[in-house]
Amino acid sequence: MIKKYIITFSMLCAFCFSAQAQIDLSGEWGAVFHEDFDERRPGPEMVEYQGIPINEAARRRALSWSPSLLTLPEHQCKPHPSDYGSRGPSNMRIWKEIESETQQLVAYHTRIRWQAPERTIWMDGREHPPEYAAHTWQGFSTGRWEGNVLVVRTTHLKQGWARRNGIARSDVSEFTEHFFRHGNYMTQVVIVDDPIYLTEPFIRTNNWKINLSQQIPPYLCETVTEIDRPQGVVPHFLPGQNPFIGEHAERYNLPMEGVLGGAETMYPSFIE
Amino acid sequence: MFTQLKKINTVISSLFLSFLITFPIASLAQQNFDDIEIQVLHVRGNIYMLVGAGGNITLQAGDQGVLIVDTMYAPLSDKIYSAIRSISNKPLTYIINTHAHSDHIGGNANLAMMGSNIAGGNTIDLFAGTGEQAKIVAHENVVNSILATEEDQLDIEGWPTDTYYTASKDLFFNGEAIMITHQPNAHTDADSLIFFRRSDVISTGDIFRTTAYPFIDVANGGSMQGVLNGLNNILDMAVPADRQEGGTMIIPGHGRLTDEADVLDYRDMLTIIRDRIAYRIDQGDSLAQVLATEPTFDYDDRYGLNSGTFTTEKFIETIYNELSSQ
Repeated sequence: MIKKYIITFSMLCAFCFSAQAQIDLSGEWGAVFHEDFDERRPGPEMVEYQGIPINEAARRRALSWSPSLLTLPEHQCKPHPSDYGSRGPSNMRIWKEIESETQQLVAYHTRIRWQAPERTIWMDGREHPPEYAAHTWQGFSTGRWEGNVLVVRTTHLKQGWARRNGIARSDVSEFTEHFFRHGNYMTQVVIVDDPIYLTEPFIRTNNWKINLSQQIPPYLCETVTEIDRPQGVVPHFLPGQNPFIGEHAERYNLPMEGVLGGAETMYPSFIE
Repeated sequence: MFTQLKKINTVISSLFLSFLITFPIASLAQQNFDDIEIQVLHVRGNIYMLVGAGGNITLQAGDQGVLIVDTMYAPLSDKIYSAIRSISNKPLTYIINTHAHSDHIGGNANLAMMGSNIAGGNTIDLFAGTGEQAKIVAHENVVNSILATEEDQLDIEGWPTDTYYTASKDLFFNGEAIMITHQPNAHTDADSLIFFRRSDVISTGDIFRTTAYPFIDVANGGSMQGVLNGLNNILDMAVPADRQEGGTMIIPGHGRLTDEADVLDYRDMLTIIRDRIAYRIDQGDSLAQVLATEPTFDYDDRYGLNSGTFTTEKFIETIYNELSSQ
């Protein structure tokens, strides 16, 4: 008799944990910008690289980056890649794709306000594509549950950016996300691995609050020729000629070695 | 995973580039291709990308037959033909060559002889061999390159049968306009871009690759400015879909399937590197001084090659020599 109860209880617990592991993330989520507001909304300043574990290659590349690059029509309608999308105007809708017959969760889909990128997180155990498949802004994402936490791995990313001031993130990067829901709040932890431009994983967090009245509007983007240039011109700064070097450091009275970033600038010991 | 794949990819690229320059096709036949599998990637509609060793193959299949762009290495021909058969049972009718390097034309003879072209009526009786092999389309300079460097290595059946010497050539096959554009003095002097107009797919040959800096084959008429012109022309031809993604799909000579945004990043990088070297030349720097400034440093971990014939240092030297001579 006792054995029978134990078996029944075990089965109930199994269902109980299974239900817990399927906590729903669907809904309309309003972005919360209490964290890193200056970087995320107004935007970072030029040569403001502190807190990012970049290597020397990333630093040199960022120093050659000119904002005028974004005047080229081919650059104007690029959305944020999925590892950065949550940093921008990221009011987000999440909805589920359910297989009709089995009621199994096939995928989560997301849509973010700025440039309206839509993303799929496959939950059906499928494999990632081969390396020779196309890379996209949102990449190829698969998810799994660890308790109540949705863990997502994303590959096949296009070249993107770690910060909107020229810090590149390569197209061989991958990243892992952890989505935590706490009632009406949701936290996302993003861990980016980039063997080309990072010396350590780059970790950031973003938060949302449920917003039952949120309406994400359509987002159309058409390119325009802002400056009539000859074919093939690419705005950039030659080595040593970036006019913004030192501007940010001077404004906030920061040491240059700090604003130029690197893994050491992530840790409190650097300030000491 | 990607770090390992990148390293493997770099090594393979480096090895095959070394073979390409150093060894004739006859020697390549002795290399072990047993472990190479031909992978098929559906691109769009009736267009596929075949990936193995050597340059990527673009394949278009339809009611009229099969058309392929480039043929990889000769020892892979049977595997390539099997891959073609997994897509279509129609005859292989056209081969288009993007340029004359053996990793792109090595399988010409084998595959051409496995195919047939459209012929009929009296011609079959009048001319021996009519219709008995696929047509091979290429810029005239592909033939010139074969005559100059690979005449003894490439069977006559693998030579182009249908050349053009003008700026472009058009085909209409399987209900689709196919525009072939000569890109002068780019990767070589024989490069063609192939635009499948209805499918909206461009096959670039080695003007664009995702695996490394471009190999500028100066001995065969290549130039950095020609590569940049080619990339800019690809950008002019390509139209992305919503959010700067998809739309025109672009199959590179080597590496993964891409679209305009990927070509854009590559073009931007090469332009920046060219400008840096030009600036140092304007300052009066020697090649050694330019090399000391490491003008490619920020891209080397992704695109640089430290071994093989066309190393990163050779890449810089090639640009330096070209710009210095202007």
